[in-house]
Amino acid sequence: MKPVPAYPKFLWWRISPLTQRRLANFRAHRRGYWSLWMFGVLFFFTLFAEFVANDRPLIVKYDGKWHFPVLMDYSERSFGGDLPGPAVYTDPFIRDEIRKKGWAIWPLIPYSYDAPVRNLSGTPPTPPDWQNWLGTDNQARDVVARVIYGFRISVLFGLALTIFSSIVGIAAGAVQGYFGGRVDLYFQRFIEIWDSIPLLYLLIIISGFIQPDFWWLLGIMLLFSWMGLVGVVRAEFLRARNFDYVRAARAMGAPSVTIMFRHVLPNAMVATITFMPFILSGAVVALTSLDFLGFGLPAGSPSLGELLKQGKEFATNAPWLGITAFMILAIMLSLLVFVGEAVRDAFDPRKSAVSSHVAAEPQAAPAAAWPPQAPPANTPIQAP
Amino acid sequence: MSAAPPLLEVKDLTVQFRSGNARFDAVRGVSFRIEKGETLALVGESGSGKSVTALSVLQLLPYPSANHPSGSIKFKGEELMAAAEPRLRAIRGNRVAMIFQEPLTALNPLHNIEKQIGEMLFVHRGLGRAAARARTLELLNLVGIRNPEKRLGAFPHELSGGQRQRVMIAMALANDPELLIADEPTTAVDVTIQAQILKLLKELQQRFGMGLLFITHDLGLVRHTCDRVAVMQSGLIVETGPVADVFKAPQHEYTKRLLGSEPKGTPAPVSPGAKEVMATEGFKVWYPIKAGIFRRTVDHVKAVDDVAFRVRSGETVGVVGESGSGKSSLGFGLLRLVESKGPIVFLGRDIQALKTSELRPIRRELQIVFQDPFGSLSPRMTVGEIVAEGLKIHRIGGDEDARDALVVAGLKEVGLDPETRHRYPHEFSGGQRQRVSIARALVLKPKLIVLDEPTSALDRSVQAQVIELLRRLQRDYNLAYIFISHDLAVIRAMSHQVVVMRDGKVVEQGPTADVLSQPKEAYTRALLAAAFDFKADETGVVRA
Repeated sequence: MKPVPAYPKFLWWRISPLTQRRLANFRAHRRGYWSLWMFGVLFFFTLFAEFVANDRPLIVKYDGKWHFPVLMDYSERSFGGDLPGPAVYTDPFIRDEIRKKGWAIWPLIPYSYDAPVRNLSGTPPTPPDWQNWLGTDNQARDVVARVIYGFRISVLFGLALTIFSSIVGIAAGAVQGYFGGRVDLYFQRFIEIWDSIPLLYLLIIISGFIQPDFWWLLGIMLLFSWMGLVGVVRAEFLRARNFDYVRAARAMGAPSVTIMFRHVLPNAMVATITFMPFILSGAVVALTSLDFLGFGLPAGSPSLGELLKQGKEFATNAPWLGITAFMILAIMLSLLVFVGEAVRDAFDPRKSAVSSHVAAEPQAAPAAAWPPQAPPANTPIQAP
Repeated sequence: MSAAPPLLEVKDLTVQFRSGNARFDAVRGVSFRIEKGETLALVGESGSGKSVTALSVLQLLPYPSANHPSGSIKFKGEELMAAAEPRLRAIRGNRVAMIFQEPLTALNPLHNIEKQIGEMLFVHRGLGRAAARARTLELLNLVGIRNPEKRLGAFPHELSGGQRQRVMIAMALANDPELLIADEPTTAVDVTIQAQILKLLKELQQRFGMGLLFITHDLGLVRHTCDRVAVMQSGLIVETGPVADVFKAPQHEYTKRLLGSEPKGTPAPVSPGAKEVMATEGFKVWYPIKAGIFRRTVDHVKAVDDVAFRVRSGETVGVVGESGSGKSSLGFGLLRLVESKGPIVFLGRDIQALKTSELRPIRRELQIVFQDPFGSLSPRMTVGEIVAEGLKIHRIGGDEDARDALVVAGLKEVGLDPETRHRYPHEFSGGQRQRVSIARALVLKPKLIVLDEPTSALDRSVQAQVIELLRRLQRDYNLAYIFISHDLAVIRAMSHQVVVMRDGKVVEQGPTADVLSQPKEAYTRALLAAAFDFKADETGVVRA
């Protein structure tokens, strides 16, 4: 054989040729690739929302001393005031003080999601102007700031829900598919019953006892969203547990856990990863609709669903609210769906775009692909 | 007097596949001709371009990723290369028909037999329902399907492999083709059925005077059934001529090598004092058939029923039988990969009743090599990881470096470059993968290896190398083998003892020389006739 090419590494991961081909396929899917970049930039940007949109300055030089209001709370006395309470930087008095004895650097958007804007031109909601680029909502809060924070919380919620429900779903599907038989039978019946519990009514009832916050919502949604992946993972495990290499591992004495994680799971991951962007967008939509109905995040939280609700209430006299909420959701979900499509295509074995290995070993690749390999002639009967 | 143009004349055919910027020439300037009533065999190993050549005759390749930079294909003087699609459609399935290797995938699973065959008649002849039905019955009779009236409504999955292949042939013959292209028509069926199919094709050819292009990798089959042979190697025809001449005096190196690659020799004799490694008696693998809501067991599929044998160290017990005879189930049962009944005495200890955890240390000495070299290696692990896995599970070799050294030694032992251990299985050929499988079993220093059709998916020349390797390893390490195969030639070259199985039961067993040279049972005789002489036995022992 030829000398071994060193496989490229990403950090400590070795990138297998298969992964390389998938990455190449993903990059070749231009819409998805750019959607991922755009989504990544937006997400990165909103992760640091406090530095982008805030009603506190980033840095204040006052009286020869440095202050970092974004990171720390300072009392009003630090800026020449009389009160011991925390400084309100939008207060004209404090502003004047700072301007006189130093300077301040403000974030790009000098408003936070939760504080009303002072000195509005009219009664809120006010239309977009040079101060508030997307106007203000009915409580005089800046819409741009709320959108930035709302985007962040939506995506973080979606990611958390996706990750946790994937972990639970993969584990449940793996156990069912791998062991099969009775375990599978009872688990499937349990899922059928569990799946028929109406989530919305449950949330309405629960919100009668407690005010659900981020983690409560996450937990309750998780109780019902993990089932999405079970079917896919179970099917993959059912298929793979009779593969010869799984049988070989069993013959070698490998314990079940090792077989499940080392041999079968990597196969099931393709189906799972393909699903993930769609689960993510589903989770975002779910949170938004709960907020829209008023059973979501606590009042005052920056939420796209809440903005949508205001958009509905003020549809005639403040259309910018509804339009903004719609555009943000449409853009975010479209980006996620485009990324999802690209991921799906990248993992699709029938779509082979540019492959470095076809170029490197022309004899091997097309011969293997054509004519199609016949399945093994005598597959033994499987014990059910 | 000008001679009539030959039935098929292929000149300087080239087939090129494109993938991105990569170019691959699958066929490079191939020429051959077939006369009326003649059988030409196109022989070669996998990847030699023989199927691609056949498919390009009917222009059935995946264009435009495949293309023909040069060449001409003339059917009775008419150019088919780049012919208009309607013209090609009039020829395909009508004047030139094709039989594929895998009858299960070549038949539409949702259509019954009447519809599948009727379609050919409808498309090319515009026959009505009643006329098509009559012709279909005639065809099914012709290909030897019993009770064709009852079979008309059957779906492909309700037929056996041999019957499916017969239906394929009936479809191909529906419109009395002048040329029949058979692409490995018997590779997926058992030897006894192969013999029947070959006989059928021969009869039909004589009756209708068809030309036959027979594509195969099996040289023995060519010798018995074909008139002329063309040997292909990596896209080129290296030798062509009448079968008798080529077999008697091969000119090209490659042909000589192919002819010399029939499994030969016998295994080294077992030393008289060899100790028993495994013994079983009354061994059964019964799969329950469950029915009803409560999945109660109503009956059993008796995959293995009452088998007894013993194997000593350095000895090979060959288990031979056709598909469905239970030979693989026997192997899996003995390794306790499927549930079984009956004692499995391994090195003096009955392992049948042991718990999974008690069994684990014993598994090290009890290994298996599978048939399909593509399916038995995890595609996401490097070869090094695959071979090292057993070492890790059984905590052999201490640290990472010591284990790596063992992996290197193991790969060297099976004739692989140890530098390849960082590569993934898909970069290896079938024979190399099978060597990796053997290395994976071997590094654990087993006492017994179950070889489940380890050579069936390999080309003959590679097969011979693997058999040589297995025999050497047996000699060097005094290994005991249970060798499962449907291939009697391989069994003869490998085993000391042989067990002939049919429908889960032992038909005949004993020393290889006795069983294969003086078979006592009619079934064994039929099997031998079909395998070595390609003769269909008509005593009714063999099913279709």
